[in-house]
Amino acid sequence: MAAIPISWFLTLSAVLFALGVAGFLFRRNIVTVFMSIELMLNAVNLTFITFSYHFKSVDGHLFAFFVMVVAAAEAAVGLAIILTVFKNRSTLNIDAIDSMKN
Amino acid sequence: MNVILFLIFAIIAVVCAINVVVQTHPISSAISLVGVMGSLAILYLLLGAEFIAAAQVIVYAGAVMVLFIFVIMLLNAGAEVKQGRSVVVHLLGVPLLIAFLGLVAYFVQRLFPRDVEVTFGGFTGGTAQAIGRALFTTYMLPFEITSILVLIAIVGAIVLARKEMD
Repeated sequence: MAAIPISWFLTLSAVLFALGVAGFLFRRNIVTVFMSIELMLNAVNLTFITFSYHFKSVDGHLFAFFVMVVAAAEAAVGLAIILTVFKNRSTLNIDAIDSMKN
Repeated sequence: MNVILFLIFAIIAVVCAINVVVQTHPISSAISLVGVMGSLAILYLLLGAEFIAAAQVIVYAGAVMVLFIFVIMLLNAGAEVKQGRSVVVHLLGVPLLIAFLGLVAYFVQRLFPRDVEVTFGGFTGGTAQAIGRALFTTYMLPFEITSILVLIAIVGAIVLARKEMD
């Protein structure tokens, strides 16, 4: 049974987070931007679990649990906001939703 | 065995994450995101977090992604329209991203030397029993506040989604 260096998990987490940031910045569809945020939250959860293993403590699992709960609440409210925006503007393009700019 | 398992699911996670960012249709992105979450659940199991792995599959891959797919289908969202970007973005975007990732990987490898290692079964404190005990003793107040937050989110989502705005 070969062992995995703990830095591999942290590197994977950093890669996933950076891809989430890239999606958040590059995409123009508001739903895809939202999914990129979920990807970033998942990457952070992986870091919490990895350090929980490192310090042999259950606290990191609790933090990951709370992140999960907050992400679920955020998804419900955010998707409701997206529905309302789409009802009023019939577009999902974030460049077209700019009424607060003027 | 551990390394092979890690590499397989890490590669699935990264490929699916790239697919989330690259795909133009939201449904394809959502399905790829399910792939990321499923492979992350396997990695959580590898780290000894059985409760969080189960919660990841049930809450994220189950509930949250079904909500996303419902909304995508409800809005009948088509493929994203390509927009003209400047030449600088086209030339520098991906190389800079790769350079940033390489830098992060280098620092992580430097800061965390190889003597700290992960084996399956090296940490068994992530059972539902241990999590439940910590949740109802040390983390009692955050847990209660989270329940209020979820209640507010439910009410807010219903109010937002059914309101007729002019």
